[in-house]
Amino acid sequence: MKYFFTHIFKRKSSMGDRRIGLDQGLFVLSLIILIITVLLPIIMIVLRTFFVGTKLDWRLFPQIVFAPDNLSAIINTIKIAFFVTVFGTLLGLFYAWLIGRSDIPLKGVMKALFTIPYMFPPFFGAMAWSLLLAPRSGYLNKLFMQITGGSSPLLNINTIGGIVFVEVCYYFPFVFLQVVSALERMDPTLEESARIAGAGQWYVIRKITLPLVLPAIAAGAMLILISSLSHFGVPAILGFSNNIFTLPTKIYQLINRSAGSFQGIREGASLSILLVVVVVAALYLQKLVLRTGHYDIIKGKSMRPMLIKLRGAKIPLLTISLISLFVIVVVPLFMIFIVGFLKAYGLPLKLQNLTLRNYKYILGQSKMVKDSIVNSLFLSITSGVITMFLGVMIAYVVIKVKPRGKGFLEILSLLPYSIPGIVLAIGVILVWSGAFGVNLYNTIWIILIAYIARYVSFAMKSASASLEQVHYSLEEAARSCGATHLESLRDITIPLIRPGMIAGFFLIFLPAMRELTTSILLYGPFTRTLGVAIYAINSEGNTVQASALATVAIAIIVAGNLALRFITKDRKGL
Amino acid sequence: MSQIILKNVTKEFVTRGGHRVVAVDNFNLTINEGECFSFLGPSGCGKTTTLRMIAGFEDLTEGEIWLGDKPVSVKSKNLYVPPENRGLGMVFQSFAVWPHLNVFENVAFPLRVMKKSKDEIREQVRMALTHTDLIRSEKVYPSDLSGGQQQRIALARAIVTNPRVMLLDEPLSNLDPKLRESMRFEIKELQKKFNFTIIFVTHDQSEAMALSDRMLVMDLGKIIQVGAPHELYQKPVNKFVYGFLGLSNFLEVVAEKGNVYPKGGAHVAIPFELPPGIEDGEGLLASRPNEIEISPVRGSGYPAKIEKRLYMTFCIEYHISIGRQTIRVHTSHSNVFSEGSDCFIRFKNPRWYATESERIEQERLERQVL
Repeated sequence: MKYFFTHIFKRKSSMGDRRIGLDQGLFVLSLIILIITVLLPIIMIVLRTFFVGTKLDWRLFPQIVFAPDNLSAIINTIKIAFFVTVFGTLLGLFYAWLIGRSDIPLKGVMKALFTIPYMFPPFFGAMAWSLLLAPRSGYLNKLFMQITGGSSPLLNINTIGGIVFVEVCYYFPFVFLQVVSALERMDPTLEESARIAGAGQWYVIRKITLPLVLPAIAAGAMLILISSLSHFGVPAILGFSNNIFTLPTKIYQLINRSAGSFQGIREGASLSILLVVVVVAALYLQKLVLRTGHYDIIKGKSMRPMLIKLRGAKIPLLTISLISLFVIVVVPLFMIFIVGFLKAYGLPLKLQNLTLRNYKYILGQSKMVKDSIVNSLFLSITSGVITMFLGVMIAYVVIKVKPRGKGFLEILSLLPYSIPGIVLAIGVILVWSGAFGVNLYNTIWIILIAYIARYVSFAMKSASASLEQVHYSLEEAARSCGATHLESLRDITIPLIRPGMIAGFFLIFLPAMRELTTSILLYGPFTRTLGVAIYAINSEGNTVQASALATVAIAIIVAGNLALRFITKDRKGL
Repeated sequence: MSQIILKNVTKEFVTRGGHRVVAVDNFNLTINEGECFSFLGPSGCGKTTTLRMIAGFEDLTEGEIWLGDKPVSVKSKNLYVPPENRGLGMVFQSFAVWPHLNVFENVAFPLRVMKKSKDEIREQVRMALTHTDLIRSEKVYPSDLSGGQQQRIALARAIVTNPRVMLLDEPLSNLDPKLRESMRFEIKELQKKFNFTIIFVTHDQSEAMALSDRMLVMDLGKIIQVGAPHELYQKPVNKFVYGFLGLSNFLEVVAEKGNVYPKGGAHVAIPFELPPGIEDGEGLLASRPNEIEISPVRGSGYPAKIEKRLYMTFCIEYHISIGRQTIRVHTSHSNVFSEGSDCFIRFKNPRWYATESERIEQERLERQVL
């Protein structure tokens, strides 16, 4: 008995041991989960591409890559990504400068509008612009042909140029937000001291401001590049009808056409590897660019930067900005909204042609749509909660425990960030359709696993940001007051990062709610998601119903965003 | 000519709530050639705004600014010379050295803007770097240098074009105290060598007193007093200036028929001669802690009591009660009284501020902030 007490006492006093126990457990658990959800799918893709059974087979890969169809998809992908990155960066940069450094009015309104494209999936934009600029049926093209009396459309959205345009509309905020925040945090005296040294406004922009925000520009541009390279929705909606394929859409087509056959999956896997290689090359490029510019530009007392007076250019620039915002943000949303109420697609946009029938159908009669809404809500909430906790656990291990091998854990958790959704989907199929004795194919669980793998990077990043602000001493103070390690975690650390966790949940919930790329390869007869349902209805030609359902999705997304804003608004302390 | 003249300079801001705030109120000031002139005041008093108007970063609401015989801001004629054409040197509190350029490139920047030849640039940068003791760090990037060295880059960059006027916006506040003192000295040395006019903004009174030929104390956008450091220190016009320029005691007193009695203390007159024309009224008796004598000898001053004794590095600090009021007194370490003992104090150089005029002054200042 006496021995028992001293044993307990010892265990309690030597908290170091207990700490190692709990932390070690968390480390191993994180590692196992990440290996199963993230690493295994990638390994399976590599195995499928280069092995037949257990025999190494190098021939297939070059065969597939150099097939003319696939080669043109590769070229298209790179072409589109290149132009989207260039135009998106220029557009984002221009607006960032206008809002960050000029005296243009209505900055608040513009800034709020600029973040709207962020909220919606780009394929909504593709749908909306199809409604306007599809070569024969688009409203704008029809109007144009009526006026000119000819049969050639004003613009054809089903082209590479159209795809680039729509993607630019949705991806330029990456650069815009990065650069605006860099400009806002930048010490204004860096620019002022150049003015005093005799440099004029434009000289200062060229020699001081631009070089200083270069890291932000590069970071934003790389985000655009990677997003565009792995993007599925826009080229799928705008390109299929005109036989324009990119790597992601080609992979989708291969898998879809093969109906699960070995050869199809193998070809898809090979192209996936190629896509990953391209994305990793882009990431590496980003590292190279960012390495040259590692410095701190946030210093000094906060003072309003000197705004450049636009004088005569103010009104023209404001007009251009408002018009382009109108085109980028308002027009697509309005089109989707209004077409959702049309009796039939193609009817003139007049009051007598409007009806509630589409909503009645999708929300009342179509079981497929109802299923998809329920599925998406279930998937978004479940994957949001699970991934958020997973992210907290990994971030805790990486930041606070710092075990040997934390670098590996970090890389694993950030890996999905650079793996295109379509590739991840193939990996998940390869792992979870019986290869290891578990067959989840056609169930909702396979989508859930894919979502977790896809969003774990977001969760990990958001949790790290919160955890890094919780100083060691806070937890240590709890320990010194007699709390066990577990208690100090439960009572101090977790409550402190709770606002960050809630925000982290929404950062997963919102994109998961509109997810298309991964689910389109994984859905089964009863497991369509909202994105898949909209996409499917749209490609069946039921444009009005697709628009109505997209409007429903927009409403859900807006509600989620409002909730997120409401929650993050009264974050205290952290 | 590197005289700087401010005529009726006024700056108003509109706050987010739509209120108008007068940041700088009707400044009239002439800063002489070759002078080191300080703006001293608490934060938010408008000193930096004034400097930024001289630099050209802020436009005026009213008035004019002249650099030598050249007008640079004249509101009535809508004349405004942008900062890059004013030919000034400036050093900021945040150093503002460009992190993407190395030391040489930072200092060469103003010369490159002027499109000087390579040889000229090399020669002039070398000279500026030699004077700021940075010549061995030419190729180093600022992030690898200490705060003091970074501020020296900023100084070198400011002197490299040999400007006639140098604006210093709290250039020493981000440095540690030891470095601050040596940098003060360096700035003075540079001024001697290059003979430029300095306008120095600071909230640190000892910095201002050590550096300036003349200084200006301001509060809430108004000039309170202008003069040489010793004038301001010895004859502050009001309680604010007195309190701002050093440690101070303000004893509430009552004057009756030319005699001065502390409020709430023994009815014994404090040995003090009131300014001419004042016989009665309430006021404050201002004194510096190191200008008060304590004596154990009865009758050698006003009776008081030692409440507390604190040993400090330079002196002993006593908290001494006079009735219900307490004052601080600094004496040398040889002068030891025990806590609780009675003593007699004598003010060596006190100043009288009538309560009424202080109140009027305060109201005048506050009326500006609407």
